[in-house]
Amino acid sequence: MTPHEQWVAFSTILVKEIRRFTRIWLQTLLPPAITIVLYFVIFGTLIGPRIGKMAGFSYIEFVVPGLIMMSVITNSYSNVVSSFYGTKFQRSVEELLVSPVPNYIILLGYVIGGVCRGLMVGLIVTLLSLFFTDLQVSHVPVTVAIVFLTAVLFALAGFINAVFANSFDDISIIPTFVLTPLTYLGGVFYSINMLPEFWQDVSKANPILYMVNTFRYGLLGITDINVAWAFSMVIGFCVVLFIFSLYLLDRGKKLRS
Amino acid sequence: MTPALSIRNLHKVYDSGFVALKGVDLEVQPGDFFALLGPNGAGKSTTIGVICSLVKKTSGDVSIFGTDIAKDFSLAKKNIGVVPQEFNFNQFEKVFDIVRTQGGYFGLPPQLAEQRAEKYLKKLGLWEKRNQPSRTLSGGMKRRLMIARALVHEPKLLILDEPTAGVDIEIRRSMWQFLKEINASGTTIILTTHYLEEAESLCRNVAIIDRGLIIQNTSTKALLRQLSKEVFILDTQEALTELPHMEGYQGQLIDNHSFEVEVKKHQSINALFASLSDHGVHVTSMRNKTNRLEELFVSLVEPHNTDTNTQAESREEGKS
Repeated sequence: MTPHEQWVAFSTILVKEIRRFTRIWLQTLLPPAITIVLYFVIFGTLIGPRIGKMAGFSYIEFVVPGLIMMSVITNSYSNVVSSFYGTKFQRSVEELLVSPVPNYIILLGYVIGGVCRGLMVGLIVTLLSLFFTDLQVSHVPVTVAIVFLTAVLFALAGFINAVFANSFDDISIIPTFVLTPLTYLGGVFYSINMLPEFWQDVSKANPILYMVNTFRYGLLGITDINVAWAFSMVIGFCVVLFIFSLYLLDRGKKLRS
Repeated sequence: MTPALSIRNLHKVYDSGFVALKGVDLEVQPGDFFALLGPNGAGKSTTIGVICSLVKKTSGDVSIFGTDIAKDFSLAKKNIGVVPQEFNFNQFEKVFDIVRTQGGYFGLPPQLAEQRAEKYLKKLGLWEKRNQPSRTLSGGMKRRLMIARALVHEPKLLILDEPTAGVDIEIRRSMWQFLKEINASGTTIILTTHYLEEAESLCRNVAIIDRGLIIQNTSTKALLRQLSKEVFILDTQEALTELPHMEGYQGQLIDNHSFEVEVKKHQSINALFASLSDHGVHVTSMRNKTNRLEELFVSLVEPHNTDTNTQAESREEGKS
């Protein structure tokens, strides 16, 4: 395919993905908004004032970056895993496999589709947070870069999950048993400085901690970890997962017999 | 002339160890209307799967209009349109979107993809349904949708795997007419089907695949000439109480107004009618008992199946 044809194919996949999650907005965009508003009400308005300041900020100010990041992570992952597994399940993935679209374009189309949903939900949550607190952005480039890279990373992870999944159960195992615990323990609701030293070290093995803290640094200017190291790690994960996803597509893992 | 499809010594062994293809050789010329026939599990869908990249070949060479799929699959795939056996589109997407999107996957600019989608949906009688989710279509409409989708990039080679399965006779005949028009406009067509009447009516050349090997590859006419006998059913004006006398012909009474008769290759139908007239039997209509290609197909495939059964029995005896 010529570069122009590849661009057409990429934009076709991307538009199809965006059309999919906007068509079913009641399942994709509304639930995370409602969930996060409940978090804002409970942790920000009801419990937050009793907790007091955290790292010099009110509790609602502290948790907003983590909750935005949590919704970006969850939605970029779940968009790709459900969409790509759905195409496998209905065999409509064959439409792509019989076409001349290079594998990296297929991958990019699905991943950027997931990123779009993650960022759209992130934007909705951010706008909703303005009803509960004032939002400042201390480092715009850091904020934009980390939220984008995080969405890419979890969209890639969702793609890999979808490739290996054999049933709809398989696409909910990782989010339920891995993603949610890591997110909750990834510094969304607390600073790891509050933990005993041993648990601080354990927490540092959780990659989500680095993403949440870097995003919080971008907004509030505070962090528990080294931001440069966080960026290197996220970029490194993105590269590794991209190469692995491409390898799976090239091998036709669970796609071609 | 560069063949539209060239397959050389194609082997496929699945991960389970099942040997689906044992050295398939096949050549289809540009502009041909070609039938690939075979019993269930013979290797038809595996062969098609390899051609369009849904199945990974174990060894062998496949070229589409001279492009080796192992060297430039992207270029080869641009020339192929595939209509699979099973429905494989998103059941929640609209009819128009499915066809337009497939155009995008082949690099057609959006405006051209929309024009082509409109063109083929109209030709296949689906334009009125364009805004409906595909799951609401009938079985015949879904088949036609897959044909429209396969044609949106106007491939030089169209492969149809059982395109008329489950389609009523009226729509089947309109699909045949459409495929004839597509073929007349220069598109090479390869068809697999269980309706041998379909293959006989549409295809100029036929290959029969059985147990992973091509056992016949010739023109439809040449294949039909191999028939050693044909069985006809004759309806009579008069009520019959017994089989009419037919010198040299074997037959049997079906009911009191029809009987069947076996005509061998060297025998004349004129002589049969002369004999019947001499005995005062007036024939009102005549038809083949079964499709001619079907008779031949069964005779070609059966010996293999008999061999298989014999081998299986021998193995069982060996065990006991």
